[in-house]
Amino acid sequence: MLNYDIVIIGGGPAGLGAAVEAYEKGVKNIVIIERDKYLGGILEQCIHNGFGLQEFKEELTGPEYAQRFIDKVEEYGINVMLETMVLEITPDRIVKAVNSKEGVFTIKAGAIILAMGCRERPRGAIMIPGTRPAGILTAGTAQRYVNMEGYLPGKEIVILGSGDVGLIMARRLTLEGAKVKAVVELMPYSSGLTRNIVQCLEDFNIPLLLSHTVIEIHGKDRVEGVTIAKVDENREPIMETAQYISCDTLILSVGLIPENELSQKAGIELDPITGGPIVNEMLETSVPGIFACGNVLQVHDLVDNVTAEARLAANSAIRFIREGEFGKSNIAVKAGNGIRYVVPQKINVDNIEKRIKFRMRPVNVYNNAMLAVKSGDKYLLRQKRQRLTPGEMIDVNLSKDILKNANLEEGIVFLVEEG
Amino acid sequence: MTMKEMYDVLVIGAGVVGCSIARELSKYKLKILVVEKGEDVASEGASKANSAILHAGYDPVPGTLKAMLNVRGNEMYDELCKDLDVPIKRTGSLVVAFSEEEVKELYELFDRGIKNGVKGLSLITKDMVKEIEPHINDTVVAALYAKTAGIICPYGYTIAVAENAAQNGAEFVFNSEVIDIKKNGDFFIVKTHKEEFYSKYVVNAAGLYSDVINNMVGAKPFSVHPRKGEYLILDKDQGYLARTVIFQVPTKMGKGILVSPTVDGNLLIGPTSEDIQDKEFKATTREGLNKAITVAKRSVDKFDVRKTITQFTGLRATPDTEDKDFIIGESDVKGFINAAGIESPGFTAAPAIAEMIRDILKDAGLQLIEKVDFNPKRKPVIRFTELSDEERNKLIKENPAYGRIICRCETVTEGEIIDAIRRPVGAKSLDGVKRRVRAGMGRCQGSFCGPRVVEILARELNISPLEVTKHGRNSNILTAETKKFLLEKASEVLKKEVYENA
Repeated sequence: MLNYDIVIIGGGPAGLGAAVEAYEKGVKNIVIIERDKYLGGILEQCIHNGFGLQEFKEELTGPEYAQRFIDKVEEYGINVMLETMVLEITPDRIVKAVNSKEGVFTIKAGAIILAMGCRERPRGAIMIPGTRPAGILTAGTAQRYVNMEGYLPGKEIVILGSGDVGLIMARRLTLEGAKVKAVVELMPYSSGLTRNIVQCLEDFNIPLLLSHTVIEIHGKDRVEGVTIAKVDENREPIMETAQYISCDTLILSVGLIPENELSQKAGIELDPITGGPIVNEMLETSVPGIFACGNVLQVHDLVDNVTAEARLAANSAIRFIREGEFGKSNIAVKAGNGIRYVVPQKINVDNIEKRIKFRMRPVNVYNNAMLAVKSGDKYLLRQKRQRLTPGEMIDVNLSKDILKNANLEEGIVFLVEEG
Repeated sequence: MTMKEMYDVLVIGAGVVGCSIARELSKYKLKILVVEKGEDVASEGASKANSAILHAGYDPVPGTLKAMLNVRGNEMYDELCKDLDVPIKRTGSLVVAFSEEEVKELYELFDRGIKNGVKGLSLITKDMVKEIEPHINDTVVAALYAKTAGIICPYGYTIAVAENAAQNGAEFVFNSEVIDIKKNGDFFIVKTHKEEFYSKYVVNAAGLYSDVINNMVGAKPFSVHPRKGEYLILDKDQGYLARTVIFQVPTKMGKGILVSPTVDGNLLIGPTSEDIQDKEFKATTREGLNKAITVAKRSVDKFDVRKTITQFTGLRATPDTEDKDFIIGESDVKGFINAAGIESPGFTAAPAIAEMIRDILKDAGLQLIEKVDFNPKRKPVIRFTELSDEERNKLIKENPAYGRIICRCETVTEGEIIDAIRRPVGAKSLDGVKRRVRAGMGRCQGSFCGPRVVEILARELNISPLEVTKHGRNSNILTAETKKFLLEKASEVLKKEVYENA
């Protein structure tokens, strides 16, 4: 059995960030396990810019952002296992993996950092009736075909869902000569970043149809068209508004799901809302010594935030291997009115040095609302926010001093107050 | 001019019935050809999309072919699955009653089962039902338990049967729709869009199109219509909700909407039952899916619809004859034999149908001389997930492709995909690979592995990725090379400008 202080599962931005941080903090006996042929993860196919504004104070493309970390990994000589798939992790931190060189092998890990990222929600999950022809694919798969393999998945395209990858692909496919006929969004607001709506749709005159959905897919061998319709306030289609759009491709950008099958096998508790592990202030999961960061924990909008989260996970892992288990969490963190989820889901104030960052998403769009943190009836924080939207993650920093005022029994609740 | 090859038996249709017949006949010294309109085995019809069940046989009317062949077929599967290396689970089935009125129907089904010779039938109380199915709704009153019912992957089995038939010399042609059949003295000329075949006997196993084929040859006409059934498949994390096949009390439209585990561990819900006209109708509908969900919730209401990974529609080949029985036998055109109108329990009955067709051919004058070298065993399939780590390491050492995981949801290796393409009657499309090794069958539905499988198919079949299809014909995955498409468009614009300026 191999032995490493920290085993990092996934060589995307989260895994890379964690590895570089751990090495720089002096823990060098680490390994990154990556299932693809190269490091960088999904960033390698994100050839658009907009990455790194916070992290590097400049605008980079996805591969450039990843390369900054890959260069460091190479410079430091950090162990990397490519084309290696983790088959299983156990609660006592044994990692079982396979590749074509070593076969099946096991590693004993001092700590494990989960950085497996997320996958896209497929068609089945959103139950679009109709036929099952070729030409239905997720935005990320389309992105891979166009940017990595050099092929167009279609020429006349309808995109369902206005997630960021879908918006980016609307522009990308247009630039490659395809005609993007519409982006259809079930909700009355987009789940993508405002900057992407402006730069990827409006600049190219691609219509964004809010409160609409695809109600049927047509075509026997290849997609021939889709029927779309407006939806009512219960998101049920209004049949009288049905209209047919001819197209050869339907691209789905209907949500991302953290990939936690491995975590589940290890008995790690998941948050039913985020789909990621339930973590404490150290980003430690319910299994001691196993940490999570990046999109496997919660789906992020910006890679810069993933890197920041990865750093925290790396430092926590280091503390774990040096000092052993942390004390039990003593404050529950809850999502109240208007908030869908909050990460971390529980904290132990004693482990916090100065302050801690909470990340969350609202359930709806709110303008000029108050974002509040309460413990029982007591307000710990109340901030005015111009605009809250599910498409943009909210950060809230709370200092240790503020958290000390929290009532341990009541826990703390994040909520939106309107009007 | 060379003499055209003469087949002894030409089977039309590579569904489970056609393939089972081909395999049965491949035990004898015969020249056999299977002609299929789709691009693959079990790629178009009912063998691809059904409830994936081995029925016990209490449902068909006693004395019918359906009853006899169902019970006989069911008994044959254990040995067949062992020989053909196909997973099968004898889960048993329940017909659940929710009222005293329905309990009466259970007694009727029980009696019918006894008449049909079904073994292992019992009527059980609520407590016993709950013991077998802890997640069933509390409204259940009693059930008919059939021990011999089971679950199986229908296309996986059909592919296995076809492979073994091919190993034993049966030939297959695909993408070959039969458009004409003529009797020419003592043999038939069977014409497709591409070529003609000569055969002494023709067996019609064309499923939904078995009426068209029968009427084409001028035999006493009959008709077969599609009865549509819509299904949903849920994620493996919902599979625990059913241990057996859970039926409700049947109606005259069929055995009703069931909740069942699949042999791969998913949860299957469906089918609806609706008579339609269009034999090519393959779509799911909002109403159909909603109905399947609503009715299934009557049996088990704990499943989470949001965990649906895919939905599909299957078409039963329902005969329009008075007795609604299978149409099996030599027609009034000598040498033309029907295995037609095979709807449920056709899958379960298939091996017994094959034996029956063999006997009919023999009675019709076909000489059956057993082959000494018939091999009933399919070349074993390597399933990475089922191997021990020692076996995996040995395998990877011999062939590193088994160390590369391509489909992460179902843990399928490159080695398995290559094997699926290279095997007899191998995969030629994305769906063909998916049906054989489950790459793309999991929760991400091929988002990650799709591009990799396209690459492997292109390499193995020596074609461009642009030629790789989802399921044959015009179902190409990709439409153009990126920069070439722009250049083509640009040159069109330029041409137009030059033309306009001239």
